Amino acid sequence: MGILERFGERTIAFLEYLGGMTALIGESVRSLVHAQIRYAETFLQAYELGIGSLLIVLLTSLFTGMVISLESAQQAVQFGIGSLVGGAVTYTSVRELGPMLTAVVVAGRVGSAIAAEIGSMVVTEQIDALRSMGLSPVRFLVVPRLLALAIMLPLLTVFADIISILGGMWIAQAYAHINPASFISSARQAVGFEDVVKGLLKALIFACIIAFVGCYQGLSTRGGAAGVGRATTSAVVISIILIFGTNFVMSYLLFGGH
Amino acid sequence: MEPTIYASLDDVTLSFGEHVILKNCSLKIVRGAITCIVGLSGAGKSTILRLLDGLIEPSSGHVYVDGHDLCHTPERDLVELRQKTSLAFQFAALLDSLTIGENVGLPLREHTALPDEKIRHIVDDALESVGLRHIYDSLPNELSGGMLKRAGFARAIVTRPELVLYDEPTTGLDPIVTNLITDTIVRLREKLGGTAVVISHDLHSIFRMADYVAMLFEGAIIAYGPREEIRTSTNPFVQQFLTGSEVGPIPV
Repeated sequence: MGILERFGERTIAFLEYLGGMTALIGESVRSLVHAQIRYAETFLQAYELGIGSLLIVLLTSLFTGMVISLESAQQAVQFGIGSLVGGAVTYTSVRELGPMLTAVVVAGRVGSAIAAEIGSMVVTEQIDALRSMGLSPVRFLVVPRLLALAIMLPLLTVFADIISILGGMWIAQAYAHINPASFISSARQAVGFEDVVKGLLKALIFACIIAFVGCYQGLSTRGGAAGVGRATTSAVVISIILIFGTNFVMSYLLFGGH
Repeated sequence: MEPTIYASLDDVTLSFGEHVILKNCSLKIVRGAITCIVGLSGAGKSTILRLLDGLIEPSSGHVYVDGHDLCHTPERDLVELRQKTSLAFQFAALLDSLTIGENVGLPLREHTALPDEKIRHIVDDALESVGLRHIYDSLPNELSGGMLKRAGFARAIVTRPELVLYDEPTTGLDPIVTNLITDTIVRLREKLGGTAVVISHDLHSIFRMADYVAMLFEGAIIAYGPREEIRTSTNPFVQQFLTGSEVGPIPV
């Protein structure tokens, strides 16, 4: 196959992906606008996807906060600005690492689970069965997962921010003898309520990315068990790339040069 | 009296890329009758059921169900048309996360405003008609293949559809369960008074339940008629298929 042919094939595949994803988003929005929501399923998904991810998110955030504090405290103490460590840890956690790392962890755990579950339903004809019964797989499967993630990811991000700051504060005190009052004072000066809201807005967008990519990869599964494996891997890879890219764009738009 | 036609495929061609599944295929499904479609594995028999259920669209030609052309009909409008049709999948395709009772009652819960007690009563009735009343609270992974298939039948008939499509209902089952399922299909047709299309390789079952038999070969219907007409057909393709001979026009 020639280079031109391969390029053409990839372009068509990309456009098909874009078209399919747009249709999925459109139908999901239509279901939400018409309030076609399965509340019990949404609650169940929120519990399974959100609460199930809490421990891993807390652990990741705790160690991240600790390592930021360790690195910044070392430098700050050397230059006599140890009182700024609280600001550095909080600023980084709330605006960038909190939302992004939580999203990456959830993409790995939940995005893959969504793709695998829906992909298995495709290969065992359960999705065809839903359509055959006149039920929309989008309303039945995608909307509850989208809503569950849209509620739970910002909540998880709040917990991630708090535990990251607490971990940072602990290391700052233990390693650089920066007292907690000084740490908190610095944190309050560095970060405002607006920063927290913008961080949570990021989390909301990341939730949509994880839900839509996971569901789309699952729904477009082809080729049995191997296909489910491919869908799962693709869901994680695509979600993470999109999360990083979107994080940059959103940071630029929300925080600009500030 | 001339039999009336409930559904039909009119000059249907279906291909995926260069792979042609059906080629100028035409078939009529008689109202109130059981039509069995036979043919080699991979001949496209299940595809015909998916076309009749509106799950896939042909590349060209038309698919009619109860006078409605399913082709180029938006998915939204197909939802209403699918209330008249039901597909019993080869491996049942019950939702793993729901109990058998919840699976069978799903179309009623989603499409009607019936109270829970009434739905429970209808579901119990549907399960009883396939001999499975005692498994309401079981999960699909707790059932045998034959029980799963019958639970799939119960889900397919719970809304009392006008057309029930059975995809290989007896494949992979022992002779006793095969007979049980064949009897169930005949009994359900008599109870519901509707139309049925059955895909099967099991000749014994086919000649027990079919009113009409169609044979699919290389993407087209090559023989169609009442059961006895097909059984005594002199068509060499039909004869080879019915006798299972390796010698004949069908390449092995």
